[in-house]
Amino acid sequence: MQYALSVRNLTKKFSAFTAVDNVSFDVEDGKFFSILGPSGCGKTTLLRMIAGFYTQTDGQILFGGQDMTNVAPNKRPVNLVFQSLALFPMMNVFENIAFGLRRRGEKGAAISRKVNDVLERVSLPDAGAKQVHQLSGGQKQRIAIARCLVLEPRVLLLDEPLGALDAKLREHMKVELKKLQAQVGTTFIYITHDQSEAMVMSDQVAVMNAGRFEQVGTPQDLYHGPSSSFVAQFVGSNNKLRVSLRAAGRGKYVAKYANGLQYPVPETDYLEAGDGWDLFVRPEAMIINPSVQAGDFNLMPATVKSILFDGGNSRLLVSPRGTDDELVVALPQNRQYDAIRAGDDVTIGWDPTKSVCYKSVDWKLYDEE
Amino acid sequence: MKSDTRRLGSAFLLFFIPVILWLLLLVVLPHLELLRLSFTGNGRPGEVGFSLDNYMAFFKEPIYWLTFVRTAMYAILVTVLVTAIALPVSFYITKLVKVRAAGFLMVLLLVPFWVSELIRVYGWIILLRESGVLNRLLVSIGLFTEPVEMLYNDITMVMGLVYTSMLFMVIPVIGVMEDLDDSLIEAAHDLGASRLAIWRTIIIPHCTPGIVSGGIIVFMLVLGSYLTPNLMGGKNSLWFTEQIYNQIILYFNWNQGAAFGFLLLVLSSLIIWVLLKLTGQNLKEVVK
Amino acid sequence: MIRSLRNSKPYITGFRLFIIAYFVFLFAPLVITMILAFNDSMYPSLPWEGFTLDWFFGNGPKKYGIFHDQANLRAIGTSFRVAVAVTILSTFLGTCAAFLFEQHDFRFKNALYFLMIAPLVIPGVILGISILMFANSIGLTLEALTGLYVEFLGPGFWLIVLGQSSFISTIVALVVIARLRKFDRTLEEAAYNLGASQGQVLWYITLRYLRPAIIGGAAMAFLMSFENFNTTIFLVGSQATLPINLYLQVRDGSTPVINAISFLLITGVSILAVLNLSKGNKPVA
Ligand SMILES: Nc1ncnc2c1ncn2[C@@H]1O[C@H](COP(=O)(O)OP(=O)(O)OP(=O)(O)O)[C@@H](O)[C@H]1O
Ligand SMILES: [Mg+2]
Repeated sequence: MQYALSVRNLTKKFSAFTAVDNVSFDVEDGKFFSILGPSGCGKTTLLRMIAGFYTQTDGQILFGGQDMTNVAPNKRPVNLVFQSLALFPMMNVFENIAFGLRRRGEKGAAISRKVNDVLERVSLPDAGAKQVHQLSGGQKQRIAIARCLVLEPRVLLLDEPLGALDAKLREHMKVELKKLQAQVGTTFIYITHDQSEAMVMSDQVAVMNAGRFEQVGTPQDLYHGPSSSFVAQFVGSNNKLRVSLRAAGRGKYVAKYANGLQYPVPETDYLEAGDGWDLFVRPEAMIINPSVQAGDFNLMPATVKSILFDGGNSRLLVSPRGTDDELVVALPQNRQYDAIRAGDDVTIGWDPTKSVCYKSVDWKLYDEE
Repeated sequence: MKSDTRRLGSAFLLFFIPVILWLLLLVVLPHLELLRLSFTGNGRPGEVGFSLDNYMAFFKEPIYWLTFVRTAMYAILVTVLVTAIALPVSFYITKLVKVRAAGFLMVLLLVPFWVSELIRVYGWIILLRESGVLNRLLVSIGLFTEPVEMLYNDITMVMGLVYTSMLFMVIPVIGVMEDLDDSLIEAAHDLGASRLAIWRTIIIPHCTPGIVSGGIIVFMLVLGSYLTPNLMGGKNSLWFTEQIYNQIILYFNWNQGAAFGFLLLVLSSLIIWVLLKLTGQNLKEVVK
Repeated sequence: MIRSLRNSKPYITGFRLFIIAYFVFLFAPLVITMILAFNDSMYPSLPWEGFTLDWFFGNGPKKYGIFHDQANLRAIGTSFRVAVAVTILSTFLGTCAAFLFEQHDFRFKNALYFLMIAPLVIPGVILGISILMFANSIGLTLEALTGLYVEFLGPGFWLIVLGQSSFISTIVALVVIARLRKFDRTLEEAAYNLGASQGQVLWYITLRYLRPAIIGGAAMAFLMSFENFNTTIFLVGSQATLPINLYLQVRDGSTPVINAISFLLITGVSILAVLNLSKGNKPVA
């Protein structure tokens, strides 16, 4: 199988500090591949190595099977959309897009045809004569991408390109970008610290933490089967219950929660008895006052603290009886729960197979800066 | 960072070679040569080899060192006067006048900055001399009974030096005063500070970097000025640059001229150094 | 105290009078000089004898206007050629220095930077004599070694150009450095990433970005060279530059042709200054 990009055991050290630590992955042609991780985890460093602006300390980068270690950045079949976009302020939009074509020595007529084509594709057909500062944030975004796409790179790298946009526009651009990628078919490698961006757009997502890849998979894999405590916390919202495990025979374990209640956990090979485990349950896996009192449901009595109404994304904030913890429970908007008020007692139930248990690790999810 | 990033446009030598040639050939070596010549011979042909004669001559001949001291004193006086005028002018333009008018005044202020010193001095000459415009006017309105020679004395010379170096103080001071946040003055006012106190505790400390950089340039320009003292000063108001000129151009005694030149360089560096030390600034910041 | 605070009337009026006096002081000599360029008199002084353009266009027998004054025209020509050469040389050197000090790290960088700004605080007279003496010593040494007299090293055109460039390059460097500081270097990386070579990045991106500063610096270099007196006086050979020539005429007394020349210079300089300011270049002291 020919991969558009393969990264093998890539490491980057800045003197004593390891910013990227032994990372390997493959990206198939035409895929939308995201690298998701908190600020400062080494995403930009990784991307800059792929683009050729940093020389790796160790490891290999291959484009279509060809080693790129000694190839200069301006000779690699890859283009980069910068975090700051880096549109040239002294040129108009047309010249910005034509820049790479001119460097290749293409002829004037071919250049204007290609530039106009790509402007059409990013839905800004008349923007050519505009100056960069006359464009809105979202338009700048698209021009920065068009400037790379016009060169028909094998791989397009995007470094948090939506970071500078406001929330509303970001939502819109997510969908736009996904459509654009599907339409042009170029391989996208997309960096972000926003898990919802990664989930919505990608075919494959790599979750990165402290220079390493924690897990690579489809958004569904990551969401439903996080392979580490970090992924469970970072991808999607999750409730975390601090528990201790007790062996229950035949390789099974039960989790004992602070208020004394015990819950069976799904079988996995790394479980062992002791303190310091976290049980993760997603808000939408939690059901309020489950009517089917089926025996294999885990139940927890709790008090409603407040109702967070947000349309289809409404949630209930509850506190398990006998603790000060807070859990978030999805509140379906089918009017069934309209009568619930703060202070009410409710029972929360979940399917044990929809929970996962990991040894507690306190991850720094956001940089202090 | 450097070793990690592939250097872009890292044509280091392309930039380094011209710059090092410039600094070596046009700055460092000529001044070393100046120093060498000042310690060589005494001007009589054929006399070469190390000698202190040129410096001895300076200290033995009162006219030389008196001129030197006089020049230094007047340069300091002019710098002080220029500062005293530049502060209120800059204050008016940046803080007091309407914002629109400020832009216009700035342009107006800058035009004379670009006109050569010679033409500006010439303007004063035709204004002030015995047959000059001012005398004509004053006599014709009956204030003077007969024309008076207003040129060729120390006061006029100092005025001329203030005039020609003024803008080199005003521009940096306006620069720093623009950065002074109005609300600081408002707050001080609100807290009951008098005008004098505001100037002393807020405005002047904030403007110190600008005043120092202006002061250095003004002092250096005045000390090395030739045209203004020569054309506006009297017969007895010799300036030290004129001594250098006389040695080199009139008497063709280069070694003596080199010694004088070196003394002037030492004086200007010394005073600049003292000024920097007193105000706790450094040259790198000040010259920006 | 300031605009936003309430000020007493005498305070404002006093300040205003002071500023008016200051601007009168600033402009009186320039305005008088310009007016007297049109006085139909043999001397640059009052009384007003009527309006004339003779000091510009007159061609004898009594009045020779500037456009027929061979000596001054020649001096203008010399100054112009010197200024062009100085502009080219110091723009090149200043721009190189800006790149060197802003984008590179090397040993003794601070010492070298200090050397670069030193010419700003060395009196021009001293720059002039030290370059004169250095060139002369080299010339003598070469003559002793090879028996050839190197014209280039004697007082004259090239020595003036070198002497003036020694400090004008510093001024250009400071202007360019100020703009280079604001340059976002990811633009260079972006261009590189789009396939430009190092030379193309420099030409199309960095220098293109610096263009206003380089043009502004060059304009300043031209003016400073054209008007320089202190350094030039020691380096001038048989061909006087305009300031030297004017100095001799002012010292020894002359006709209002000097006023005519001043009129042209002041007008030209004002236009340049206004153009330069409207481009947003602040002069550095
Ligand atoms: N040139 C460098 N020299 C030394 N350390 C560096 C350098 N560049 C990055 N680092 C360090 O490497 C780590 C990763 O930085 P990087 O810029 O790759 O993070 P990031 O994941 O892109 O973060 P963000 O989401 O904030 O952009 C950080 O701790 C940073 O301080
Ligand atoms: Mg980053």
